[in-house]
Amino acid sequence: MTVLRIRDAADVEAAVRAAIAGEQPLEIIGHGSKRPIGHAMATNAVLDVSALNAVTSYEPSELIITVQAGAALDEVLSLLDSSNQQFAFEPMDTAALLDAFSGRGTIGGMIGAGLAGPRRIKAGGARDHLLGVHAVSGFGDSFKAGGRVVKNVTGYDLCKLLAGSWGTLAVMTEVTLKVMPKAETERTLVLRGLDDVAANRAMTAALGSPYDVSGAAHVPGTALGAAQGALSGLTTAGKAITLLRLEGIAASVAHRASALAADLASFGTAELVEEAQSAALWRDIRDVIPFAAGGAFGAYPVWRIVCPPARGGAFGQAMARETGGEVIYDWGGGLVWAALPPSADAHAAPLRRRLAAIGGHATLLRADEGTRRAVDVFHPQAKGVAALSERVRQSFDPKSILNRGRLARTPIS
Amino acid sequence: MTIMMPASDRMVLERREAIVADLRAIVPGEGVISSAAEMLPYESDALTAYRQPPMVVVLPETTEQVSRVLKYCFDNGIKVVPRGSGTSLSGGALPLEDAVLLGLGKFKRIREIDFDNRVVVTEPGVTNLAISQAVAHAGFYYAPDPSSQIACSIGGNIAENSGGVHCLKYGMTTNNVLGCELVLMSGEVLRIGGKTPENAGYDLMGIITGSEGLLGVVTEVTVRILRKPETARALMVGFAQVEAAGECVARIIGAGIIPGGMEMMDKPAIHAAEAFVHAGYPLDVEALLIIELDGSSIEVDELIKRVEAIALGCGSTTCRISGSEAERDLFWAGRKAAFPAVGRISPDYLCMDGTIPRGALPRALTRIREFSEKYGLGVANVFHAGDGNLHPLILYDANKPGEMEKAEAFGAEILRCCVELGGVLTGEHGVGIEKRDLMPHMFSEVDLDQQQRLKCAFDPQGLLNPGKVFPTLHRCAELGRVHVHGGKLAFPDLPRF
Repeated sequence: MTVLRIRDAADVEAAVRAAIAGEQPLEIIGHGSKRPIGHAMATNAVLDVSALNAVTSYEPSELIITVQAGAALDEVLSLLDSSNQQFAFEPMDTAALLDAFSGRGTIGGMIGAGLAGPRRIKAGGARDHLLGVHAVSGFGDSFKAGGRVVKNVTGYDLCKLLAGSWGTLAVMTEVTLKVMPKAETERTLVLRGLDDVAANRAMTAALGSPYDVSGAAHVPGTALGAAQGALSGLTTAGKAITLLRLEGIAASVAHRASALAADLASFGTAELVEEAQSAALWRDIRDVIPFAAGGAFGAYPVWRIVCPPARGGAFGQAMARETGGEVIYDWGGGLVWAALPPSADAHAAPLRRRLAAIGGHATLLRADEGTRRAVDVFHPQAKGVAALSERVRQSFDPKSILNRGRLARTPIS
Repeated sequence: MTIMMPASDRMVLERREAIVADLRAIVPGEGVISSAAEMLPYESDALTAYRQPPMVVVLPETTEQVSRVLKYCFDNGIKVVPRGSGTSLSGGALPLEDAVLLGLGKFKRIREIDFDNRVVVTEPGVTNLAISQAVAHAGFYYAPDPSSQIACSIGGNIAENSGGVHCLKYGMTTNNVLGCELVLMSGEVLRIGGKTPENAGYDLMGIITGSEGLLGVVTEVTVRILRKPETARALMVGFAQVEAAGECVARIIGAGIIPGGMEMMDKPAIHAAEAFVHAGYPLDVEALLIIELDGSSIEVDELIKRVEAIALGCGSTTCRISGSEAERDLFWAGRKAAFPAVGRISPDYLCMDGTIPRGALPRALTRIREFSEKYGLGVANVFHAGDGNLHPLILYDANKPGEMEKAEAFGAEILRCCVELGGVLTGEHGVGIEKRDLMPHMFSEVDLDQQQRLKCAFDPQGLLNPGKVFPTLHRCAELGRVHVHGGKLAFPDLPRF
């Protein structure tokens, strides 16, 4: 495996041009924290962009930051924290789930994967926070898209395509992201003992309330039992927990917490978890700690399923029963994490059949290489949409130089 | 007309009668309009300085009709210009002499309201405001609120990625749309996304939003609806200097407060608005901020105190806080009527739409004043100050020879200045024909080529809304060629696979 370590943005262009001339596909990596996600790539050369790690500019009062794509996410988050700001979409840390790497990876990886955390229901995903990008396409050309302001409709919004494209359209070299102030305080309401369907109803009621809920998750008792860390502190007698987060200024959070608890009285008496303890709970939900690679379900393949939020509870419950697996709910039921017992196809067929009935999609986020060879890791799309997506991909990278084969089971020859 | 549009296709124009007959076979009855008099209302959109009668107007009622019309045009090499309510300020729906104008006005039905999943599924001809009205009884609303919301269609909002006063906190159209039914130029019908909070695969919904009708025709939309905040209150703050108002905006954001809306007007705009709606605006200030805070009543009360203190610290000379819904509405009435108010003091005006970094507001205003003197034309400034989106209104009289050209040159200078200050050509009105020829000030040829390649993935013949957005049209075959850069390569050791 040849590793091309680039020194600057010009090197990226030169490397991609060399790859085009040599008909040699490249695997694009930053820190490699998400390398085990997707199909094996048809390449024996790696383009390592981790040296592109400078913060170009950070202007807290403009609510934007411009950084090179190889910058370490941890370092950027610390910098934002020094101004009491954050990426509002709560990018996931995949380290515990994948056990691949003890770090959070790079900004480029964060955008390429687009894995948003609990606050997505309120603040949107990575796609909603990427304002501008400099990148090198599979034509070997450096191009830019978007800008350095939030409100911008000048030209096609190519940033949306690059977010969540898993490095298959272009090699990002520099990005501008929207940042948001951190809330002054947070408080979590905890309901105990609800089954998945009732919990789904409680979360739906909370998200339909005027109390500005910024996190709505449910962990069934059996999954909770396996949890280490903050969630394990909430375990009692194998009972499920339903978590509802409120953020803002202290007086407002207190008011909304009591109003919401009163609204949800029919689901039980809510307990309160405050500040740092609440933050720790949501970090564990974000990172799917109950299914951590080092935990009780570490050997299970893990699916990330997105569905209509109010349908999540019934779907997840049925899947867990049918397969003997475990599920966790985030986004008020719109995001279902499923750890299913190992099988040849990680239960892809029944899972996707059930999903087709409610409208949704499933990505096999964690599985060994053999299983990933047997399954479509990313959700198969309807024929017309798949064909259009492939034409879109070719409009950026016609020779399939970038991360060839990562999204599709059969590598394009 | 001072802008070049694509050359008309003589062959198509010669076959006009046959084409009209063929279209009537697809869309029966009054759905095909071909008489000059009846086509008159379709000659322009809200950029009324530009007019062009279309070859024929087609108003389909079903997705199948849209699909068949597009397939027919695709097979016969006929251009198509899609149109919603025709409220575009950038000429996005300007017809072409040899093109079918495809109006979506008959797609007027809301198909489903799903409070549990917090979405509305609607046809594209439904107005922006009608969506909010349809869910208001349950305390919900659709967040993006362009000033034209009473008339503009949700389909048009997707084409333009429309914003509005509240997008500082709640995002633009792209942040509030989950899925659509899309008909490609070939007639193929696709479903993108749906009721899920996030879509699979490449974010096609994200690229369709804001594509100005160049990629496909939307025939159904799924939007996210939000629960209304418990309460909202507004402050109306006056400043003796524009710079102080700009500083106040920066300090509010810097303090971690994201208001529901934060608008600025300069003196000419304040005077025009006050004369029109009598909102009680102070007339002796140089800049007025309207700042709305929403959320729980406890939160709003607290934030009002903090914002008031910040404003005082920035030297505010007047500050009023709304004590009732009626008073809050009154504060907004002047701002919302600013465009028609300016229309009363000038025979014509051009509404510009650049965005700059918030911090550059005072500098941008100084430059705009200089341009105003240079061109001898008045200007009133209305800004979405919270997100740096400027709407300078250039005052002119179209009946005076040469004045419109002068106003356009003035506008172009403002937009180039926005780019120089680190901003962009358009924040929410779109490129259309209005800013098309300014695109090279912001994007290189390579940047624009990449955008046009994407267009080729959707519409390889370039039949859908040609002449908009891009100053130069290239053939897809030419754009798709990969150049192998020979000579000395920087990475000679790259292995062959």
